[in-house]
Amino acid sequence: MQLTDRSKKTDKSDLTVIEKTYWPGVVKGMGITLKHFFSKKATIRYPEQKRYLGPVFRGHHILKRDEQGRERCTACGLCAVACPAEAISMVAAERVKGEEKLYREEKYAASYEINMLRCIFCGLCEEACPKQAIYLRHDKFVPVFSSRDQVIYGKDVLVEDLNDRYERDAWTKEDMAALWQKQKD
Amino acid sequence: MDIVLIVKSIIIVTIFAVSLGIAAYETYFERVIAAFIQDRVGPDRAGPFGILQPLADGGKLFFKEDFVPTLADKWLFILGPSISMLTALMSSAVLPFGDTLNIKGQLIDVQGMDVNIGILWVFGIVSLGVYGILIGGWASNNKYSLFGAIRAASQNISYELAMGMSLLAVILVSESLSIKAIVQSQHGINWHIFHQPLGFMLFVTCALAECNRTPFDLPESENELVAGYHTEYGSMKLGLYLFSEYINMFISSAVIASLYFGGYNYPGIDVVHDFLIKQTNDVTGHNIATGIGILVFFLKTFFFIFVFIWVRWTLPRFKYDQLMNLAWKWMLPLSVANLIIEAAAELTPMPFLASWVGLGILFLAYIIFRPLFLKRKLKQNLQ
Amino acid sequence: MQYLELLKNMSLVQWAFYFLSVTTLFGALGAVMSKNTIHSVLYLVLTFFSISGIYIMLNAQFLAAVNIIVYAGAIMVLFVFAIMFLHLKGDHHGFDNTIFVSALTAVGILGVILTLAIKKAEHFRVDVNNFNPKIGLIENLGDVLYKKYLLPFELVSILFLIAMVGAVLLAKKEK
Repeated sequence: MQLTDRSKKTDKSDLTVIEKTYWPGVVKGMGITLKHFFSKKATIRYPEQKRYLGPVFRGHHILKRDEQGRERCTACGLCAVACPAEAISMVAAERVKGEEKLYREEKYAASYEINMLRCIFCGLCEEACPKQAIYLRHDKFVPVFSSRDQVIYGKDVLVEDLNDRYERDAWTKEDMAALWQKQKD
Repeated sequence: MDIVLIVKSIIIVTIFAVSLGIAAYETYFERVIAAFIQDRVGPDRAGPFGILQPLADGGKLFFKEDFVPTLADKWLFILGPSISMLTALMSSAVLPFGDTLNIKGQLIDVQGMDVNIGILWVFGIVSLGVYGILIGGWASNNKYSLFGAIRAASQNISYELAMGMSLLAVILVSESLSIKAIVQSQHGINWHIFHQPLGFMLFVTCALAECNRTPFDLPESENELVAGYHTEYGSMKLGLYLFSEYINMFISSAVIASLYFGGYNYPGIDVVHDFLIKQTNDVTGHNIATGIGILVFFLKTFFFIFVFIWVRWTLPRFKYDQLMNLAWKWMLPLSVANLIIEAAAELTPMPFLASWVGLGILFLAYIIFRPLFLKRKLKQNLQ
Repeated sequence: MQYLELLKNMSLVQWAFYFLSVTTLFGALGAVMSKNTIHSVLYLVLTFFSISGIYIMLNAQFLAAVNIIVYAGAIMVLFVFAIMFLHLKGDHHGFDNTIFVSALTAVGILGVILTLAIKKAEHFRVDVNNFNPKIGLIENLGDVLYKKYLLPFELVSILFLIAMVGAVLLAKKEK
């Protein structure tokens, strides 16, 4: 059975007299390493240089706002239920008059907390959300923390900043499939 | 005080500092070249292009805990790395880094000391260097260290023979043991490499083995002996071992450059010398010409250091029986043949041509007789 | 006080000579007296090293270098090599009579020979004024060795060859 078309048959014939001096092999090997010495390096110098991780990378959480800048989250709790690590907790509150500019739905999350020590970045919250409110950003990591009081992320960190809106190439699974298809063509 | 004495002491201190500095930066270049060969970029965080990396490494080694294993022989355990470092630093004393400097009408060699026995000094010191490894390995009271030490000893002794034999051919041609005289005998482009390519190849191979560098780094082969003779070492004692290895590498490169590549000689050295003297005056011109010679010498040395590192990241390690077979069954007879050819060629009116003809005959003989020999061996095995 | 005066008047060469002599003797004594075999061998290396220093003081640089390369560098390494393989710690024999007698005999004979040699050397005192200081350098050594003493030199080489062949024969397995 042939597993790959790149396999080469090993040359098991005896070495010639010249080859037995090792020099042809040594010179050939040195040539190969010298070629690599001058070749382009594969390294990405990380903190200064970052590579594009693709639209599906699961990084820092974000609570999206809609086009008018209202919070999408309605505090239904589906994300908390879906979360396998039980990292999400929230407190719901009713929208009062005059707050229509702030919240899209009549119920909203008064507090929304994610415990980053528990979160495993599986993205199930993103899939569970019926309001397209929570997403995992593809362009930002959760930073390193050194103390426990930095661990629980509240709404102050999670809600999208209106001046710096989060965009990505594909929001839904269908979009993603289309994107893949486009990349393939 | 005597001006000669002052200049000489300045030269000696400079040589000392330079060999330490080069050894420190060899560690950096080893890592960078290794990285480049493996398509990486290597250390580039400490300072611009990572040039402060050796300092960081040294600082790290200095501040680690310095301990001696309980059952180790305490004094010998300390003596081992000290001897390694001492012998490594001593051998650069006789290397001629350049021609003479003219200071206040006196010609001063750019060299620690020009002794009558020159190259034998280097040889003797290198042969003492093995004690550092041997003592350290034994005193560690660890069987892997002991194996490493024993391997180092037998390897060094075996390769010293072939090294000495190929060295004899050079001494024979240049008629002196003093490295300065050997370098002077290769004036201009009359380098020994063109006369004795076989001797050069043998010498480089032996130098690799003497420095315990890949493909001959069996004393510290990590997949068999943990870390070889320095398994039990840590902190700056380990640092001294590694450092002495790099100094040895520098010394070997410098010795190869001066024995086979003409040391501070370069093509057209006389033309440049005369030109500089005409442009300036006798004293400054001569000193500048010497400076260029020193530069050329260091360029050659750096090239060989590069070759050493390049070889390390290309060739895999030998097996121990292969190592010994190579030393005793191939290199030693070849070096004797090389010596005989060079000696015979020296007696003919055209030594250059004769040595190449001799080497050609040797090569032909190898090509013709090797298959016959193999056939006979095969027959013996079949019977 | 007399000795102090003597010490004050000693030249640098004398200091060097006495230093080397003391280290030689120290090494030799250490080689005999230390219980650990490896220590013994290392003391012996120290002795060879200081003897090489004395050679250099006699301006016999080649001899010094060869002494270091051959004895300290090769033979003693082989010694250490062999001793490291044998585990000699522990089995330490006391002196019995035969060893004592034979050692005494050997030392006695050596003493007699040395005394005679020193007595004889008295007659061959070198003339300090006409002494050629370059006599120990390699050019002169080679001259003497390959002209005056060519036959003994070659005989020695044949002796070595025979020893080598014998060693190989002994080491080779019989078929």
